[in-house]
Formats: sequence, C-alpha cells, structure tokens
Amino acid sequence: MAETAIQLRHGSSIGQPLTRRDGPLKVTGAATYAADNNPPGLLHAALAVSTVARGRVASLDVAAARAHPGVAEVITPANRPPLAADPDEKTGPFSFRQELLQNDTVRYAGQPIAIVVAETLEAATEGARLLAPRYEAEPVLAELDGPDVFTPAAIGVGNAPNMQHGDAEAGLAAAESSIAATYDTPAQYHNAMEPHAVVAAWDGDRVTVDTPSQGLAFAVMRIAGIFGIPPENIHVRSPFLGGGFGSKGLISGPQLLGILAARMVGRPVKLVLPRAQMYGPVGHRAPTRQTLRLGTDSKGALTAISHHVRTASSRYDDFFEPAVGVTHSLYAAPAIETTTDAVRLDTGTPTFMRAPGEASGSIALESAMDEMAVALGMDPLEFRLRNYAEVDPASGKPFSSKALRECYAQGAARFGWAGRPIAPRSMRDENGLLVGWGMGTATFPALMFAAQARAVLRRDGSGVAETGAHDMGQGAWTALAQIAADSMGLDIDRIEFRAGDSRLPDAGIAGGSAHTATAGAALRSAGEEVVAKLAELAMSDERSPLFGAGNAGVVARNGRLLRRDDEARGESYESILARAGLEEIEGKGRGAADPAAQEHYSMHAHGAVFAEVKVDPELGQVRATRLVGAFAAGTVINPRLVNSQYLGGMIWGVSFALHEAAVVDPRSGRVMNANLAEYHVPVNADVPSIEAILVEEHDPHVNALGVKGVGEIGITGTAGAIANAVWHATGVRVRQFPVAIEALIADWPQS
Amino acid sequence: MNRFDYIRPATVAEAVTAASVPGSAFLAAGTNLLDLMKGGVVRPERLVDVSRLPGLDAVEALPDGAFRIGARVRNAELAHDRDFARRFPAVAEALLSGASAQLRNAATAGGNLLQRTRCAYFYDPASACNKREPGAGCDALGGENRLHAVLGWSESCIATHPSDFCVPLAALGAVVEIEGPGGRREVPLEEFHLLPGSTPERESVLSPGELVVALRLPAGADAFAAHSRYVKLRERTSYAFAVVSAAAMLRMEGGTIAEARLALGGVALKPWRAREAEAVLAGARPDAATFRRAAEAALEGAHPSGENGFKIELARRIAARALALAAAGTPERIPALPASPLAPVTGVALHG
Repeated sequence: MAETAIQLRHGSSIGQPLTRRDGPLKVTGAATYAADNNPPGLLHAALAVSTVARGRVASLDVAAARAHPGVAEVITPANRPPLAADPDEKTGPFSFRQELLQNDTVRYAGQPIAIVVAETLEAATEGARLLAPRYEAEPVLAELDGPDVFTPAAIGVGNAPNMQHGDAEAGLAAAESSIAATYDTPAQYHNAMEPHAVVAAWDGDRVTVDTPSQGLAFAVMRIAGIFGIPPENIHVRSPFLGGGFGSKGLISGPQLLGILAARMVGRPVKLVLPRAQMYGPVGHRAPTRQTLRLGTDSKGALTAISHHVRTASSRYDDFFEPAVGVTHSLYAAPAIETTTDAVRLDTGTPTFMRAPGEASGSIALESAMDEMAVALGMDPLEFRLRNYAEVDPASGKPFSSKALRECYAQGAARFGWAGRPIAPRSMRDENGLLVGWGMGTATFPALMFAAQARAVLRRDGSGVAETGAHDMGQGAWTALAQIAADSMGLDIDRIEFRAGDSRLPDAGIAGGSAHTATAGAALRSAGEEVVAKLAELAMSDERSPLFGAGNAGVVARNGRLLRRDDEARGESYESILARAGLEEIEGKGRGAADPAAQEHYSMHAHGAVFAEVKVDPELGQVRATRLVGAFAAGTVINPRLVNSQYLGGMIWGVSFALHEAAVVDPRSGRVMNANLAEYHVPVNADVPSIEAILVEEHDPHVNALGVKGVGEIGITGTAGAIANAVWHATGVRVRQFPVAIEALIADWPQS
Repeated sequence: MNRFDYIRPATVAEAVTAASVPGSAFLAAGTNLLDLMKGGVVRPERLVDVSRLPGLDAVEALPDGAFRIGARVRNAELAHDRDFARRFPAVAEALLSGASAQLRNAATAGGNLLQRTRCAYFYDPASACNKREPGAGCDALGGENRLHAVLGWSESCIATHPSDFCVPLAALGAVVEIEGPGGRREVPLEEFHLLPGSTPERESVLSPGELVVALRLPAGADAFAAHSRYVKLRERTSYAFAVVSAAAMLRMEGGTIAEARLALGGVALKPWRAREAEAVLAGARPDAATFRRAAEAALEGAHPSGENGFKIELARRIAARALALAAAGTPERIPALPASPLAPVTGVALHG
C-alpha cells in the first residue's frame, strides 16, 4: 500500500492516511450539493439553447412559452433587465466573454438564447421547447485545418506562444537520427458528474447563491460586477462539488443566468444544466494538432526538440491551449523550440480542463519520445534517462527538487519493465492477445496562488480553522484540516474546519494543482500566528509554567504548549485562555508564492508511468490491463487522498488515450455525442489493475509545506504510456487520439 | 416534455384497447422511452403502462419443447435464470454484455426488441431524420456515421438497431408473440424489424395497439447449447453499444458442423441473420478457412453508408471469431467480461 512510503510522525496529522471527513455524508446522501437546496417559493428555470453554431436568432415564440401552464416568466434579450457590466468586456486574464442574453447573436451551438422560469421543472422545460427558435444561420468552422491561421498573443494565461532556447533547426540538421510526427487530440468536455447548478435567492440587493465553485472569491467578484451590487451582499455556498476539473473555476454563463432569473422574477430560482447543455457554455478542452521533431546524436542524446501546436479558440474570445509548456522543462536538449498557432472555430470558448496544456502536450511529446527511441533502437526508459534534465533545460534554473530518477526506478521495478523486448508485436498472452508495454514521463508545474485563512483557539481547548476552500472531490475537507490541526497543535478531531463558503477568508482557486499548497500555506500561517499569540500570553505570565520560555521557545502539541527545552513543562490551551480571561484567540494567515524562490528555481512535480495493454490481434479492441505510476510531488499531506488523486488522473489518462472525444459534425459545429452513453469515459472494467507509488521527495523551496500538488499530474505520462504500449503491442503507431479500432486494423492483413 | 395521458390497464386486452388510440405508446421499464420523451424526440399523447400487467413475467419451458419468455421479464432476470442460460448461453451472454447492471435490472425483454436506434441524428430533434419526421432527410448521411449501417440501409436511413439480445434470438429463430386489436398473432423475430427502405419511420411489423407479450424460442433451439457464443466489439469494455457483434451457434456431429446459426449486430437496422453463411457452414469442418468463407458470405452485399467501411471487414472478423469460439465450445461459465474479445478463453467446454 502507498501508505508505507510515508514516514508517520508522532502527534502529527500530516502524513496520515485519514479517510475523508465528508465520506459518511456522501455515501449516505446527506451531503448537500447545490441542486439539493429548495428554498421556499422556489421556481425552476430551463435554458433554451441554440441548435446552430453561428448566426442570429430570428424569432422566438415567446407567447407560446408564456401560455404554457406553470410558466412564470420568459427571459430573452428583448426583456432581459440591464446588467451593470457588459458580459463581453474583458477585464483581466481570467475574464472571459459570456452569453447573458445581451443580443440575438449566436456564437456556438448550445449557447443560451432564452430562459424559461416556471413552477415546475417540467413546465420550464416544455416552455423552453415551445420557444421554437428560428435562426438566420451562417456557415461554420469546426475543424483545425480552417483558414486564417494566426499566432495568438498569449497562450494559457499570459504565456508566450513561442519559445526558443538555442537553435533547434541547427540541432535537427546536425542530428544523426531524427523523427517528425504529427498527433491529433480531440475536443473534450469536462463532464463533471454534478452538472452546473445554481439556486439563487435575492433579498433586495442581497443574494444567496448555492452553486458549485472552484473559485468562490472569483465568483463573488463576477456576480458583483454583473449585477452591480457590493461583494459583501453576495453569499455563495459551495460545500461540495461533484467534480469540477476546471469547468467550475470561473462562474459560468448559465450560473449567472440562474441568478439573473431569480432577480427578475423576485423568487428563488433553481437552474440545473441537463447533461446535453454541458457541451457548450461551460467550456471544454480545445482540440490540438501537434508536430514534434526530435533529433539525437549517435548515442541518443537529444540535439533538439521542436514542438509546434495548432489549436483553436472560439471566434469571439481567447483561450489557447498551452500544450507546448510540457516540452520546456522535461528533457535535456541544447535546443528547444516551441510554437503555437491557432484558428477560430464556432464553438464555445475553451477553458482550463484538468492538466490544461500538459495533458494534450504530454501525449504528443511522450509519443514522439517513444518514436525517437524506436528509431534509435533504444529502450524508451533508457532513452529518457539518457536525456534526463538535471536542470531546467529551457531556463537553466535548478529544480527546487526532482526525484524523477527514483520515480523511473521504482515504477519500472514494480511494473517489471526490465527485459521488455524492443521490437513490437513480441509478446502475447496465454489467449493469444497481443501484449505491449509502454511508458511515459509525468510532469506538472508546482504552482502557488494566493489565499487567506483564519485560525481560532477557544477556551474549551478546541479550535476553528477557516478558509473558503473548495472540495471538488479531491479531499480538501480532510487534507486542509490536517494541515490546520498540525499548525494549531491540535488533534484533528479537536478542530472545526470550515470551508466552501464565500464569507470565509479567500482561499484562492482550486486549480493548477495548487489548492493544498496555497490554502494549506494560509492555514499553516494562521495556525502559527494563533499559537504564537497564545505562547506570548503564556510566556509573559508568571503564573504559567511557560513563563520566561522565550529564548528556548515553545512547541504546540495535542492542545498544549510545551517548553522546547523541557517538554515536561507545559500548559493546556484551556488554562492559558482561562487565566487570561479570554473566550478565544485568533490568528490570521496568508499563503502565496515566494517570488524569490520562483526566481531561482524551476518547480515541478514529476512521475513515471508504465502501462500494459492487450490488443485483440484481429479485432483491434484495446484494454489497458495494467498501469503503474510512480510520482514525486514533495510532501504528502494525506497518502490515501494523494493515492486517489494519482489513480483518478491515471484513469483520465486511459480516457485520453483510448476513449474520450467530442464527436463534432463539421457541417453544423454541433457535438453529436453530448451524453454519457456515447461520450465515452472509462468504466471500471476498463481499469482492471492500477497502482500508484508515492515516491518520497523533500522540497525545501517550493513552499513552507513542501507540497507540490497532485491533482493533475496523473493524466500526464499515462496517456502517452498507453499510446506507446499500443504501438509496442501492435506495431501500429496511432497518432490520432483516442486510439480507434479502425486505426489499428487498417493496415493489418486480412486474417 | 409534453403533457400526456397516463393509463395503467389491468389486462392485456385493456392495454391493447387503450393503445389503439393514435398517438399512444406502451411504457414498460422506460429505459429508452423516457429518455426519448425528455429529449423531445418522441412525444406520445398517451402512455399505456404495461409494467404491471399480469401474466407476462414468466420464463417457462413449454410442453412441446419450446421456451417462452414473457415480455415483462427483466434482462437481468433472464440472463441469470440458470435453466434458460444453460439452454441458450449465447442469449444470456448477449444480455449481460448490454447496457449497465442498473439498466439490465430494469429493462424488459419486450422493450429490448422495441428500443430505438442510437443514431445521434435521430436523438437530436434539430437534425433532419426521416425516421423521426418522414421526408425530412437524413443528416447522418454525410455526417458523423462511422458506426452506422453497412447492410440493408437506404438513402433514407443508415441507422442500426442497437440490441444485443436480439442478435442471438434472430439466430435461434425466435418467434414474437403479439396481442392486438385483431387478436393474437406470431411473427418470426427475423421478420419483426423492418429495414428502412423508403419508410424508415416504420420500424417493426406492429400495428397500433399491438403489444409484444412474449418471445418464444422454438423446440430444438437448445440443440446448439454446447457450441453457442456471442461476441461484441465495443469502444469501452462495458456500457457501450456494439461497433459490430455476432452470435454463432453450431450443432456438431462427429467433428463436422451439422447445422449452424449466425447473426450479426450493429450492422443494420435489424438483427442480421446470415442464412447464406449458415449454408456455407452446414456439413463443413469447423476450421478457420470455413469460418472465413462463412464470414464473407455473411457480409455479401455490404457497403459503407459513410465513413464506416472498416465495419465490413470488422464484421467478417467478428463473425469468424464468434464461430471459432462456438466451435471451441460454450464455456462453463459466462466470462467476467461477457461477450468481450478480451475475455480469457478457457478452452474448457462444459457441454458436448
């Protein structure tokens, strides 16, 4: 078990494989998700969404919808109340244009074009259908090879589209061996199990909003801007998310429309997106077409990597998949060149989706590395070790820590990689199925955002820790409480941990695999501050056994302060507070990146993933039969939850390589598999054996906790490892993902 | 969803009368119909709930050796009926390869026959579909159609029938028992579903008010039990419709094939019984060359309806595979991955 890798420290919550504190609520159905709220007087809203991808709405039969029994209001651009801000105004890098019924323009299929509010969900839904929209449609662009290719000003959030380190063309020209290959990844949709849902209730110019959010403070600011009310009038509650994966990072258009509807009708309104409506207005992962060119010398040392990405944004806004980033810092090469260009498609604007950039970039880079190893006749692991980056290759900075070599070693040993035949189609199982082994390197940047927290010690010896953090299933309720408990010197069961509410201190955003690091750092500093205040009280009070401990200092543990130089001398929190006549004592903390450390170090989590696939030699059916991932991501707060995050990421990698794609009809620009029966993600039977190894890593630079983040890295490496295993099994190099049956059998002889 | 009348008749006769009114639809488990209604794909004015009708829930061996499955029998119930599964292992395997455990616990035998195609353009009221709206056109033609039909399609419709269950039933010569306003009648399953032709809106031989009350496997259909398999190719290991599938049954006599049955799924708007292939197999030795010849005969006349030409060769291969597995003998237990080509082949035959 993964837990064995962790050094447990006596008296510490950090490092312990605690089960989820919210687990019993969830398995008993007692956890309240947004759509579970039913305030008195609730009305239900349904969206009418566009069935064309470009043009304008020529007519809506509002009268028919209004006439339907139970319909209370129909909101269209014609009667939508004015907003305080233009939803098309760009105010910053995290500001995206939204469709809030500002006009009759249609920008993409699935765009909200009207809201129907009714006494029942059924009446609202039927009312929306009765609107029977007619359109003036225009021809659409839905494919990457469209005209008008351009270089975006920035990719991701503010990253340069092009990067040049050394002379890649010269490196390729001088190479003894080289490969060039182009890989396609499709549009993907987040498909969180919980749809975007909102229950909004206004009281004058105050509003309470129950809605899933990965970024409560961002949501409050957006609501304040759109509706022209002060942020303090807005209360957003988001105790649980049924998954977010980036699609709930910024409050979406439909969520704002639910709030708008509630204000207009003067009653609470619930709006829950049906599954099909999640393929449009709440973001997606953009498709990419990536060309990798690699060159090596005669010994297999890379002379150059060139990585070109073609991607797409919407016709009306900018989000460009930063798929080249993975190439900047993974493999040592004297010359690295990355470029991104793009087209504009008639889709909703793409957005962050679990491992944005890295997921798409990794499957292409790891496939190309495998192709290069094949060209050299080298073992793929040996080839990666030959090109191990001791320092960040593009920037030249040292890594804050990098236990990738140990990941390779432990993963390979556990998987049994040694002795893998180089040639494809070399292995069969006892039933004649082709067996292939592939591997890939995992990597994800160790990011930090900004967060605040508050810690309180109470006279009864208990504590309260608060931050507006977001548990989207990753275990924030548990892991952050562990950090808070340790920082306050309390057992975790003595802590009341509060999160998931916009009235709590801003915990930043649950994204970028940075939430534990960021919110955790804030909690830690808040806990330290409150303990320091308590210690000050004790040490300055001659009635305390800690009086005068100043120079020696005190340590907080199990609800007591102890002299560091003599732990037999100590005092409980209760008695310190009682004597001081205080009911409670408060500390505040912040978590943020350390600019000096970031200036000096390149910070990334790493891992190595080994995959076995079996392929039916005649029918082309593929199954990833065995996955082993070994990951090093600094301090592990909770090995059970970290293990889950790795497994979840690796399963997403299975999905990326073998299953998942939006099927877009290029004639209409519409997603034709907008449901979970036909938009395939893996089922249990697709993941028969999966294992994650938590490789020990100590990082003194990345942040005070030494935490790098584990939420996204599991996808990287895994998808490429599976693709490479498919090649090793079959000898067919599939470069269009997900791997399709017809791609595998196309070149095979008829049996 | 539109407003509709809901009627819960007490007898089959009442159900037939109630559903004879135009615009009516029978509701059994609703695993397909309710989705279609919520999506606005179908809008019946009257639902006649047959899910509680008495007398339709038995699985029974009849005195003449036939086997009768009541229309209300749940998929899971039938698959796990030991006597039934022993006699008709490929049917049980097909049932267990379909949908999800939750759906199989609800979906009925009769409803399985009448499930609608999964063609995305049929499911999407904004797309042109001759099946949904006669004369509207077919957006699947020239659209996203890599999983569409390669046999029996027409310019008016290229959809497939999604059932797994129906494939071995067609191979075994199952008969559909129907009660209707004109009384009782029986139709071979092979003739129950209609190819699209120029009237794709007509999907089966049922007339208004007619209710499927049972399926019957004729006497002697269990003679194939020892060499009976269903194989299904799909894009994930469970909870996916077939890309192509095949049911193969052999009756072996002294090392040669005395009689063979073969049907394909996922290739046409009906379960595709391959009688030409059966003729190739009869009297032949059970070897790879024979199976390949039979597979080629089964796909005679196939042609792509779009970007799906690969399905033709794939269907040949899965037919040959199903035949080879059937020849090897029905396994003692249904594999843990029912009907999957990836399921371990034990090579141990319980029967024969």
